Amino acid sequence: MAPRRVVVTGLGVISALGHDVSCFWNGLCAGRPGIARIESLDLSGLRYQNGAQVRGYDPGQHFEPARLELLDRFAQFALLAARQAVRDAGIVFPAELRGRTAVVTGSSLGGQSSEDAQFWELYRCNSSRVHPLAIPRIMINAGASHISMEFGVCGPTYAVSTACASSNHAIGQAFWMVRNGAADLAIAGGSEAPFSFGLLKAWEAMRVVAPDTCRPFSRDRRGLILGEGAAILVLELLERARARGAPIYAEIVGFGMSSDAGHITTPSIDGPARAMLAALRDADISPERVGYINAHGTGTTNNDVTETRAIRQAFGAHASKLAVSSTKSMHGHALGAASALEAVATALALHHATLPPTANFTTPDPECDLDVVPNQSRAAEVEYALSNAFAFGGLNAVLAFRRL
Amino acid sequence: MLDELAEKVQSAIATIKRIPRERVSLDSTLEDLGMDSLDQLNLLFALESDFSISISDEEAKSIRSVREMVEGVRKLVSGSSGATSAA
Repeated sequence: MAPRRVVVTGLGVISALGHDVSCFWNGLCAGRPGIARIESLDLSGLRYQNGAQVRGYDPGQHFEPARLELLDRFAQFALLAARQAVRDAGIVFPAELRGRTAVVTGSSLGGQSSEDAQFWELYRCNSSRVHPLAIPRIMINAGASHISMEFGVCGPTYAVSTACASSNHAIGQAFWMVRNGAADLAIAGGSEAPFSFGLLKAWEAMRVVAPDTCRPFSRDRRGLILGEGAAILVLELLERARARGAPIYAEIVGFGMSSDAGHITTPSIDGPARAMLAALRDADISPERVGYINAHGTGTTNNDVTETRAIRQAFGAHASKLAVSSTKSMHGHALGAASALEAVATALALHHATLPPTANFTTPDPECDLDVVPNQSRAAEVEYALSNAFAFGGLNAVLAFRRL
Repeated sequence: MLDELAEKVQSAIATIKRIPRERVSLDSTLEDLGMDSLDQLNLLFALESDFSISISDEEAKSIRSVREMVEGVRKLVSGSSGATSAA
């Protein structure tokens, strides 16, 4: 039997770079960061002021009031990105496909701003009750469940929460389900909405957020910039996509995972290297065939050095021939949604034969001695690309894509 | 003369690392004491409360030894006299 090949036929994005895929891609190619002073919150007493927020967003334009009551901002983003992706793929869901469609979403935090608001009432405003819709708004699987309900798709549906690698774990699981025959189609990705004051203070205490902007791999980098948004991909069998004349952005060919089994927050070199090699093994390709890596590239002192070493460990001499960029420099670190945004960036990089740059780059760091595509996008026909995600907790997930 | 401020900083380190106070000398580096990145974050967090100061990320980054931590805290305490330092 011929192997089941899985392709990306639909994309949806809402991010700091705009509310759709073309804004996202144009922003990335222009090297234009969506980073600005954080809106709608009192920032006094916060050591940093900048974030990559979704701007100009009016929930009422997209959802009826009754529906909106059920939806935390993170679930709204998941639904909007899913609507775009399904429309883009031109999928209708006949009855026999509904039960064969999987939904897997990643989120680190779920509806934490709803939780924050509800518990504030309870702890500080002497409220004696919590709203009955609090739980359905807060739960991390809300995004997956609402996507399933919106399209009436009823195959395997769940959420994955592995901090900053959540979406890669989600997309990877969905890819495997379609490849293995547990589903014929998948709606996969992730969403996050982390801008609540409590969470910003918690990140402040980690001392990894930059006061200015995100400059991955640059010597003067000062940390990450938090971001928000969602990205969803429609994955389906190559045969089905071709038969119905669907647009094909790229093929997903491999997925690799590992755990550092080391420190809860300090990344290792070995864990990420093993995840990259596992993705290559799953794709059955040699490291030399990879031309581009969308890096985890958070812009923290630690991550960027460790990731550089991990890439060198996994790729050997070929590491010097690879292009490696961090699009977090533009869409920010959207935590559980980050690797979904980056999966879209990677698929489009192959599709358009254009590598998005590492923006805000000023000075090379000898400890990050890779070709990081500084500031300017680059025309390059790359056959294979990886997208890296390495989470706090030492959990690593890497996707391998192929140009079709 | 007993340096109370230094004593407090050293005790905070001993508490966080769960080691005897005597092992924390001014000349120790934080690394010598086995303090990883999270231990150091915990220490900064404790010192900010103990001394009612705010230690910026930049100030924190350059500190390697117990002595540097003590002097850094002393500077902030004397500089602030009640007000917290600009972050």
